[in-house]
Amino acid sequence: MTDIKERRNDTDGLPRIGFYICHCGTNIAGMIDVAEVREYVAALPGVAVSRDYKYMCSDPGQELIGADIKEHKLERLVVAACSPNLHEETFRKAAARAGLNPFYFQMVNIREHVSWVHEDKISATEKAKDLARAAVYRVRFHKPLDKQSVPVDPNVLVVGGGIAGIHAALTLANAGKKVTLVEREATIGGHMAMFDKTFPTLDCAACILTPKMSAVKSHPNITLWTYSEVAKVDGYVGNYKVTVKRKPRYVKEDLCVGCMECIEACVFKEPKFADWFNQGLGKRKPVYIDFPQATPKVVLIDPETCIQFKTGKCKKSCAEVCDRKAFDFNQKEEFKDIRVGAIILATGFKVYDAKRDPHYGYGRYPGVYTALEIERLVNASGPTSGEVVLRDGRRPRAVGIIHCVGSRDEKTNKWCSRVCCMYSLKLAHLIKEHSGAEVYNFYIDVRAPGKAYEEFYDKLLSEGVHFIRGRVAEVTDWNMTPEEEGRLVLRVEDTLAGFVRRIPVDMVVLATGLEPRADAQEVRRLFNIGCGNEGFFQERHPKLAPVNTFTDGIFIAGACQAPKDIPDTVAQAGAAAAEALALIDAGHVELEPNTAHVVEEECCGCKSCVPLCPYSAITFDEAKKKAVINEVLCKGCGVCVAACPSGSIRQNLFEDAEIFSEIEGVLAK
Amino acid sequence: MMKYLYYPGCSLKGTGKAYEESLLAVFRALDVELREIEDWNCCGATAYMSVEESKSYALASRNLAIAERENLDVVAPCSACYLVLNKTQKSLQEHPDIRRHVTQALKAAGLDYKGTARVRHPLDVLINDVGLEEIARRIKSPLQGRKFAPYYGCQIVRPYASFDDQYNPETMDKIIKAAGAECVPYPLKTHCCGGSLTGTLPEIGLRLAYIIIKEAKKRGAEAIVTLCPLCQFNLDGYQGQIAGKYERVDLPVLYFTQVLGLAMGLPAGELGLQRGIISAAAVLAGR
Repeated sequence: MTDIKERRNDTDGLPRIGFYICHCGTNIAGMIDVAEVREYVAALPGVAVSRDYKYMCSDPGQELIGADIKEHKLERLVVAACSPNLHEETFRKAAARAGLNPFYFQMVNIREHVSWVHEDKISATEKAKDLARAAVYRVRFHKPLDKQSVPVDPNVLVVGGGIAGIHAALTLANAGKKVTLVEREATIGGHMAMFDKTFPTLDCAACILTPKMSAVKSHPNITLWTYSEVAKVDGYVGNYKVTVKRKPRYVKEDLCVGCMECIEACVFKEPKFADWFNQGLGKRKPVYIDFPQATPKVVLIDPETCIQFKTGKCKKSCAEVCDRKAFDFNQKEEFKDIRVGAIILATGFKVYDAKRDPHYGYGRYPGVYTALEIERLVNASGPTSGEVVLRDGRRPRAVGIIHCVGSRDEKTNKWCSRVCCMYSLKLAHLIKEHSGAEVYNFYIDVRAPGKAYEEFYDKLLSEGVHFIRGRVAEVTDWNMTPEEEGRLVLRVEDTLAGFVRRIPVDMVVLATGLEPRADAQEVRRLFNIGCGNEGFFQERHPKLAPVNTFTDGIFIAGACQAPKDIPDTVAQAGAAAAEALALIDAGHVELEPNTAHVVEEECCGCKSCVPLCPYSAITFDEAKKKAVINEVLCKGCGVCVAACPSGSIRQNLFEDAEIFSEIEGVLAK
Repeated sequence: MMKYLYYPGCSLKGTGKAYEESLLAVFRALDVELREIEDWNCCGATAYMSVEESKSYALASRNLAIAERENLDVVAPCSACYLVLNKTQKSLQEHPDIRRHVTQALKAAGLDYKGTARVRHPLDVLINDVGLEEIARRIKSPLQGRKFAPYYGCQIVRPYASFDDQYNPETMDKIIKAAGAECVPYPLKTHCCGGSLTGTLPEIGLRLAYIIIKEAKKRGAEAIVTLCPLCQFNLDGYQGQIAGKYERVDLPVLYFTQVLGLAMGLPAGELGLQRGIISAAAVLAGR
């Protein structure tokens, strides 16, 4: 090992420190003179061994540390290398293997903080010395610490009953775990249940989804709570206590068999009220079920439109006809507490509100539709039984599909919603198939990156669907020719042909993008996770921890994390389920010991710290009149430590002696 | 009493005289003071902006520097003035180098530019300061049964849309409705009137103006109501040439202040209604 340089010192009674500086190939050694740093640190008080090595994180690098700990009776360890996020755990374990408490270790980040961000080798080397010296000064005061181990509750909560939540719940339940699936709407199925066919295979959405929906309903390991919302979340990884609000349906779920005779018997002879599931294109009665395959197949009453709720004077023919006696007009909302070890959030997305682009005329011209409305129109079980007709019953001769509405737009949402190109191709195919209309796609560029996606685009090109590259300027009803009379005109610059065109159509489909749920911020706070700038839930790492969040034990899947299609959603839901399984099957979790604790005799009971704690980890012991920190809940943020007026809160690894000594070290020359 | 500084610009003293007359009459009747900025000069619009931006900014900011001496908002009724003055405020705020250049030029003329004056459109003042309720209270002879096409032009919504929607502005619709009249559904609210192309490239400019007027007529409007002197000039003044090239439309083009003034019971003569090339007589019939 000729490349290992070393110096030994007598440490004059100070704890014996081993210092190691990593080359990281040329990542560090290319900008920092590692030999100079090694020599410099070797001369610092307490340093018994100082070495440099090409890759400290490699097996030989770790073995080197272990051998030194034994041979030189090292009592402290400092490694100057990359970010502690990458290899702190590696070196802690190396220390532990050699019999040294892993918290007698301090890591110095001279890669991200020095070599990667500086361009002058001399000052970079000086900075590395300063940081190394700070760690050497600090590590003397480190204390031996132990990680705390807490048991994990094996049950899981899944929030959201779209395809992501359904898939995650079934995966966990099939692995023998007890799952509670909470869904806000009266039925599970989510957006996928509204679709007719799915791209690029054109298989029927219901045919592939409804078997999974009924599997959820009948699975012995799944408790399904629809028409319910999570109201409160307490606890920590492995041990969450969740309160779920169950909204009243005014129909007893365990008695109703979904025969729907009550709907027939309702005093409203005809369905009269706009129906959410059909995007308002269909009508329902005050007692209703969202769609024939709704799961659970249980009716519910909308108190906003039901005469009994509005006047108290209905003859209640619905309840009379029910031989199961399932109706209960006095039902109240209920709150239920459950305990779970892990939570998967699969709360999905919101469709962009097309009215935010008034130049496309949605809400002004009846011929303008959103893509989700068209999904219902082309659906065999939709309001027109799959017939593509306009609101006035006419069959469209020409249809224009405008891509990127509420996507890739500086004025609204900057992101690409990822699914719109593909669903626009699918709808173009279905509209043409159902109505024979000429179909025009107006696109910026067609994004078809997925298995068999580009091939699907090719198929559409050969089917005679028109593709015009250009962002539509406006949808309008003023016309210039008899051909345009009484129709909608799309004005667009055809950027391939190089001129402005006017395309008259009868129906316009807006390919609206995907947005975070309107209440994503409240939900994020409820579960103590983060949102990105655009408002989707933030994953712990975009590449390496895509379903984890910054809160341990809470996972995300599906379009609540970012827009994604069904295959990606299902893959992510499976990943979230696997992560939850890995957590609960371990049986226990180890908690970082960098927590705060109250020195009881010094606490004056002022309660300043209690409301400050972002994790609700501090309570007040009324008997002793002292603050108490639950170290299992504490995340080590240090807010209480800094705020305590009497200085009676201490934090492991951040004790005053450690911090002041580190400051002294960084400033000393 | 609400007080504002009034920046007329060249149009309101010339082709847009009817706009000035009706604006001043309406504001007076609403007890809102409009005091003309003393010694104002060109706003810097027209060719200046494309030929030499900094000279254009210097022109505009001279007006603003004079206005700043009093702590009052500036009302700029002409769309071009409104845009250029606002653009100047914004550019000088965002580009310190241009600002240095311009303030130096103004210093030479003994002026101190701070960028504090707010430049506002009379529609903004009517809707947000006076308020629709107060306007409704002042309506004495509502224009019942009248149908108008509300036409805004481009400059008050593009590129900035500070008090109305960029694609579908509605503030003038509200004034027309407050005056008791109806607005026809009109998708061309912010389309191009032809701008200066009516003079330079008439085959394009006239076509644009034609689309605006023929579509208004087709939708049942008795007049186009606008807020921009250039739009009014293009749409009103070129109807003869349009008749020669396309068809005779004969649709009066009024300022919103004229419509509001009529509904408030002000005499037609004070509102400049006799000044239009296409006669407003049909609109005035029965008054």
